[in-house]
Amino acid sequence: MFYQESGQFSTRYRQDGRALRLWQQRAALWALLLLAFGLLPFIGNDYWFSAILIPFLVLSLAGLGLNLLTGYAGQLSLGSAAFMAVGAFASYKLQFLLPGLPLLLSFVAGGVVAAIVGVVFGLPSLRIKGFYLLVSTLAAQFFVEWLLTKFAWFSNGNESGVITAPPLLVAGHDFGSPAGRYLLTLSVVLPLFVLAANLVRSSLGRNWMAVRDMDTAAAVIGIPILRTKLLAFAISSFILGVAGSLWAFTYLGTVEPHGFDLSRSFQVLFIIILGGMGSILGNFLGAAFIVLLPIVLSILSGSLLSGVLPAGQLENLQKIIFGVLIILFLIKEPDGLARLWQGWRARARLWPLRF
Amino acid sequence: MSETVAPLLSLAHISLSFKGVKAVTDIGFDVAEGEICALIGPNGAGKSSLLNVINGVYQPQQGEIRFAGRARRAMQPHEAAVAGIARTFQNIALFKGMSVLDNILTGRNLVSRSSWLEQAFRLGRAVADEEAQRAVAEEVIAFLRLQAWRHTPVGQLPYGLQKRVELGRALAARPRLLLLDEPMAGMNREEKREMSQFIREVNQVFGTTIVLIEHDIGVVMELSDHVVVLDYGRKIGDGEPEAVRALPEVIAAYLGQQRH
Ligand SMILES: Nc1ncnc2c1ncn2[C@@H]1O[C@H](COP(=O)(O)OP(=O)(O)O)[C@@H](O)[C@H]1O
Ligand SMILES: [Mg+2]
Repeated sequence: MFYQESGQFSTRYRQDGRALRLWQQRAALWALLLLAFGLLPFIGNDYWFSAILIPFLVLSLAGLGLNLLTGYAGQLSLGSAAFMAVGAFASYKLQFLLPGLPLLLSFVAGGVVAAIVGVVFGLPSLRIKGFYLLVSTLAAQFFVEWLLTKFAWFSNGNESGVITAPPLLVAGHDFGSPAGRYLLTLSVVLPLFVLAANLVRSSLGRNWMAVRDMDTAAAVIGIPILRTKLLAFAISSFILGVAGSLWAFTYLGTVEPHGFDLSRSFQVLFIIILGGMGSILGNFLGAAFIVLLPIVLSILSGSLLSGVLPAGQLENLQKIIFGVLIILFLIKEPDGLARLWQGWRARARLWPLRF
Repeated sequence: MSETVAPLLSLAHISLSFKGVKAVTDIGFDVAEGEICALIGPNGAGKSSLLNVINGVYQPQQGEIRFAGRARRAMQPHEAAVAGIARTFQNIALFKGMSVLDNILTGRNLVSRSSWLEQAFRLGRAVADEEAQRAVAEEVIAFLRLQAWRHTPVGQLPYGLQKRVELGRALAARPRLLLLDEPMAGMNREEKREMSQFIREVNQVFGTTIVLIEHDIGVVMELSDHVVVLDYGRKIGDGEPEAVRALPEVIAAYLGQQRH
């Protein structure tokens, strides 16, 4: 612990409280932003945008939403996809009912509706914890899916329940091209990450972690448990709701309940487990892993095993490898990818010194 | 302290039982503003239960708690915190996944005035508020000499340091009344001396009233202005340390004689 005495250290509280305390981190961030906004839109191809970058960004955001609730506030949930669905359908319905509603505002409104639904399903958390809470959020998952399929009103009477997302117009500009959809997604996702990073380093974020680590002690020091938990559900569901809108509008191009089934909830859960609970950066790492691994596996198996195995079995084999890799990873690095990053950061603090 | 000044804390006829098992029976005593009051007695005597009654973790079936001029049938934890009561626990109750600094900052949560929206956008009162809380936390860290572990997760600290951080979290609230449940349990002689020193300084420098539970009778005699003795949930002694030490019931129950 005394190693912190040499290398970079903060001389003011405000510096010390920054999200990125090392110059390497800040430099890397600016380089990444430049790459994401300035370079990728021009050099990326449609496959990169549609199959990798957009799902990566949206799933990172969904991971962030769940991570605030589970990783920071300690409330388990398997209802992530339900809140995403609420956000997507609410954005769609509001656009339909209020023609002329700006697109970005409809995303925010969808998030707000998801937040309200999240608070309702968060109410049991005041009485129950852990496994039982998990089951009650599972109920949310099934209930929302059932509701959206059962009542045609939600999909404007569309038989299949599948509706085509409206055009992506922001201030008169059409963001319908793959590069446009990518830029739109990026511009929604990044600000939300900044807000969440601010939040977890402020009073509310500390209250969340206090409730997560020991709620009786949290109550004794005056933290309002009820309000703290419900705010976690609200803010988490807001973010998941916006992620749901993006998933439907900029990724799928359709609004449909099946995009938000239980397996999506599990996918978001895997993202935060792999990336790291209680880590902001971990959501990006976990989402990158989840999006890239199947692609890498299919390229590998496609080139190595095509012709050897029939296509159906190839797909099963991929799923098995995917599962095994996740389990191995969890055994080797239970704190997630973000922990590997921390090791690197500890070295960067002293660079170019060795000790 | 003159006789006419009302005590800061006054318990009257407190009884608490768990499913018929009596933990505390008809206990009453006063704690004057600015004093260090030691609660002693054998294991299971009801000392921790009494602290839990004072800050609302347990609600007694009978009795009255008067704190800072306001009488209540029972406290609620949040109400006690707002009223200015802070505490540490017999089994350390820190937030294990958080750093030393963050644990201590949680002690300031009641003072924080900015809304969560201001915090998210780093606008309005949020920035100044965070810096103000940070400054108080840094004072506590310097006072308890925890500088070297500021950003260390508390779960990685040795036991003695964790006890110190827990004291820091309580101090960060700038409490009027500080309840310490066995703050020196499991410490070696050097650590005990250090902790006694911190407790005395808190009392003298900040004028904080302290109620503490301690088994080491030497420490108790040295530190406290007032001793209350419990045995089997009843009060069997109450007064100045030397006077309490001389009571026959206390000698029989607590200070080493065989009981029959
Ligand atoms: N939460 C509880 N539930 C049931 N019994 C309890 C509880 N807390 C304390 N007790 C009982 O109350 C009695 C007093 O315990 P405690 O206050 O912890 O004693 P001390 O701190 O003096 O060792 C003991 O008999 C203990 O078993
Ligand atoms: Mg005890």
